[in-house]
Amino acid sequence: MTSLHPALILIAGALLLPFLRGKARNLTVLSAPTFALAALWLLPEGKLWQVQWLDYQLAPLAVDKLSRLFATIFLLMAVVGGLFALRQTSRLEVPAAFLYAGSAVGVTLAGDLVTVFLFWEFMAVGSTLVLWSAGTPAAFAASKRYVAVHLAGGVILFAGVAGQIAATGDASFHAMQVDSISTWLILIGFLINAGAPPLSAWLPDTYPEASWSGTVFLSAFTTKTAVYVLLRGFPGTEILIWVGIFMIFYGIVYALLENDMRRILAYSIVNQVGFMITGIGIGTEMALNGAAAHAFSHIIYKALLLMSAGAVLAATNRRKCSELGGLFHSMPITTICGTIGALAISSFPLTSGFVSKSMVTQAAIDGHLQAVWLFLAAASAGVFLHAGIKFPWFVFFQKDSGLRPADPPASLRWAMILFAFLCIALGVYPEPLYALLPYEVNYVPYTAAHVITQLQLLLFSGLAFFVMLDYLKRTPTITLDVDWLWRVAGPEVAKSCRLALVETRAGFANGLANGLASIGALIARQRRPDGMLLRSWPTGSMSLWVMVMLLAHLAIYYLG
Amino acid sequence: MSLSAHLPALQVVLPLLSAPLAVLLRHGGFACAVVTAGAWAAFAAAVGLWLQAGEVGVVSYHIGSWAPPWGIEYRVDRLASFVLLLVSGTAAIVLPYSRASIEREIPREQHYLYYAMFGLCLAGLLGITITGDAFNIFVFLEISSLSTYVLIALGRDRRALAAAYRYLIMGTIGATFIVIGIGFLYLMTGTLNLADMAERLRDVESSRAVLAALAFLTVGISLKLALFPLHQWLPNAYTHAPSAVTAFLAATATKVSVYVLIRFWYSVFGESLVYVELPLPRIMLLLSLAAMFAASFTAIFQDNLKRLFAYSSVGQIGYITLGLSFDSIDGLTASIVHLFNHGVTKAALFLLIGGMVIGLAKSGTVPPAPTFDRLAGLAKRMPLTCFGIVIAGLSLIGVPGTAGFVSKWYLIVAALEKEQFWLVGAILLSSLLAVAYVWRFVEVAYFKPAAEGTTRREAPLGLLIPAWLLVIATIWFGLDTSFTVGTAAEAAQQLVRVGK
Repeated sequence: MTSLHPALILIAGALLLPFLRGKARNLTVLSAPTFALAALWLLPEGKLWQVQWLDYQLAPLAVDKLSRLFATIFLLMAVVGGLFALRQTSRLEVPAAFLYAGSAVGVTLAGDLVTVFLFWEFMAVGSTLVLWSAGTPAAFAASKRYVAVHLAGGVILFAGVAGQIAATGDASFHAMQVDSISTWLILIGFLINAGAPPLSAWLPDTYPEASWSGTVFLSAFTTKTAVYVLLRGFPGTEILIWVGIFMIFYGIVYALLENDMRRILAYSIVNQVGFMITGIGIGTEMALNGAAAHAFSHIIYKALLLMSAGAVLAATNRRKCSELGGLFHSMPITTICGTIGALAISSFPLTSGFVSKSMVTQAAIDGHLQAVWLFLAAASAGVFLHAGIKFPWFVFFQKDSGLRPADPPASLRWAMILFAFLCIALGVYPEPLYALLPYEVNYVPYTAAHVITQLQLLLFSGLAFFVMLDYLKRTPTITLDVDWLWRVAGPEVAKSCRLALVETRAGFANGLANGLASIGALIARQRRPDGMLLRSWPTGSMSLWVMVMLLAHLAIYYLG
Repeated sequence: MSLSAHLPALQVVLPLLSAPLAVLLRHGGFACAVVTAGAWAAFAAAVGLWLQAGEVGVVSYHIGSWAPPWGIEYRVDRLASFVLLLVSGTAAIVLPYSRASIEREIPREQHYLYYAMFGLCLAGLLGITITGDAFNIFVFLEISSLSTYVLIALGRDRRALAAAYRYLIMGTIGATFIVIGIGFLYLMTGTLNLADMAERLRDVESSRAVLAALAFLTVGISLKLALFPLHQWLPNAYTHAPSAVTAFLAATATKVSVYVLIRFWYSVFGESLVYVELPLPRIMLLLSLAAMFAASFTAIFQDNLKRLFAYSSVGQIGYITLGLSFDSIDGLTASIVHLFNHGVTKAALFLLIGGMVIGLAKSGTVPPAPTFDRLAGLAKRMPLTCFGIVIAGLSLIGVPGTAGFVSKWYLIVAALEKEQFWLVGAILLSSLLAVAYVWRFVEVAYFKPAAEGTTRREAPLGLLIPAWLLVIATIWFGLDTSFTVGTAAEAAQQLVRVGK
């Protein structure tokens, strides 16, 4: 136990931060994750910490290639995110984000299920605090919904972990088969954090309510930690292919309908995580490599996109696409960085998205999964539509909204430039990334066939975007609702369905409200000084109970 | 013979002697010093006995060198040594705390009486635990009970008197039941030594008189350990007693009663009678579940923080007795661990509340009751106290990393071993009730705005330090379980082996 635990370094930094001001604070914000990163790379592989707890052998610090990859990107994200958030006035946000990032690192370096669970819960606490520190009533409400979902997920995970440990007597975290209740519970617990259906909605519902810098942190850790634990725990579980594909299309459809720029990006997180989960479901070495690499590059470009959105939000205080536009005049750096992020998310050749996502698609081809490949290809076009063009077009270009905010201050600018550089660098020179991947890579991204296929796809969907621009432009007036789908599918069916739904819902709500009210009244009655809940019992009735108990015991003994 | 050979006698005699000395001195400060010294000596003796019992298994001491079964035997096995540590350890921490706490809660001229009673109560509880003689148990039970009534009645609130009176009536009924049970056993076996009694009972088993003895003892002890629905004396007694008294009683009195129950079930009547031939485990299971849910639910709606945690104690005792109902080594281990962990947690909580009420009072006045309307925004005013309560609250809920988690984990393992999956659900569900009542405190203390012009005014340091020692202990025993679980597992194995 002589080696330093990177997660604990970061968490220690988080605990120290609230007491620091000015230069000391800034220095700590930048150095804590940097130290942690250095500590991570000084660690050899293997189970470095071993602890005996209850009857189980725990390994709170275990390093292999996969965990080092994820811990690296998490810590890198913490460094650059910290840089981006240097000017954040909330004193809670960055410490909370570091607790959150540190716990995410803790999950990736955990060699046993108990440690995973422990850091999993810390992560929920940290991320809730990040949301909360935005300080708006909407963020407070969102944080409550968020914590409810995550505590529920945590309870499910805990039940699964407890069952698994009790059944096998082994606490170590390794690949599992989904063949018992406890492994199912663990899988479900993991998937809830990944934003899988049917609870995907927690993600787009809550992330956009964080502050301009908070969303950047939130986008990186929770879902990608889930990707990591799925990679380690459930590689090649077939159901994940379909869960992933559902997430991909869920993200695209809703992002296309959305008007709030950060909600668009939040939906596209679900979409991108869908690609990774599909890769995990395919389960070949190539697919797992692809999922891991995609998580790595995704964190960078998604953070970049959200940073550019955050910079716009900080400068204009507006978040609706319909109220923005024409910002390239006065925010050139933000525009360029945001566009690079958009190109990367659409897997444009020469960007990081291209070298990682194509591995997943290639794995589908290699595995002869035609249907899956078709879905992935169609989805790639969809990604370009909703995130690749829609976001930069409506925010930075299109009609001129007349806003002329300046580019953000230096700390924000440098954070964006750093990640934009990484997006291009990894796209041009992917070998360092490939070297980090858990399995050996025999994949060459830049072949004529790959590049041409991808460019065709992008060109046609780009064309489609501008052909249908008028139609897409109207979306700002449409608020997202399940209703909207019904109106397109069949107005009549929808109307009757809705009526029926409203009625039953009203009936149900009434019934529930009445029930709750009567329970409330009962409790209120019993809370008076002489009620059941508050009264002091007279000795007579207490003695009576003693007699009843004695007679009951005697009767049961003699008769039983 | 060296001193260490006489540790069992010293364990009880030292605190017992400190009580009359305190009365003779008639001075609060001297009395405090004497009784605290007695308690610390008792703690040292308990540590020594724990070590000895670890070496030889059972330490047997013959009072006046009269060999049992004629003479009185003191008998320290693993379980007894564990409970002795809990009782004397709590006393060793609560007594130094008392000085600053009772300053405001008890009139000065009664201080020496407080210490005298405390010493008696401690001696009584230790005596119950250490003795191997049935009638001795009754005698020590009466010593501890009578002094407890006085201690509760010392509360400034006039309702304390009523609460003490109620407890006196109920406690007397309980003690009567216990002595009737012991009487029946004496009648059937002609001996009072527990080990001897167990031996002779094998020949007369399941005669009606033995069953009646078991019924009287079980109900009488259930009353003393506040098993639902015989818990009604407890909330008022805990609420209105002086803070230090509440903390001491919550950590020790009910726990020693649980110990007596385990002792009679396993070491006297034997596992086969209690668990195999009679439906006792099912009754225990039912009452435990009722306690876990009904008492925890009632706790949510209390307006007084002390009363809230008093009801929570009733609920937590449900977990202890639930472990007893399993008839397995794991279940028994869970019970014994929870007995200890809950004792530590509750003592920490009530000590913190004691400091809180002193902080709430204007200087020189009697501290007010900690009702929720007085606690709004308290976290700003007493951050350390509130944070400590939150940590101890987490332990009540059973959050990993706290002592409460360890015991709940073993309960769940025991339930899984019996393949009672619904019980696992019930345990988790009742933890949610604990979340609700702890949250009530968090909501009021952390989220309600404080009254205008409140400044930071922490509880006095003399109260904070002992309380935080115990708070740290709740975390410590959540992380390092080698002492608690190790001892409890050995104790459980020893009990089951002997009981067979």
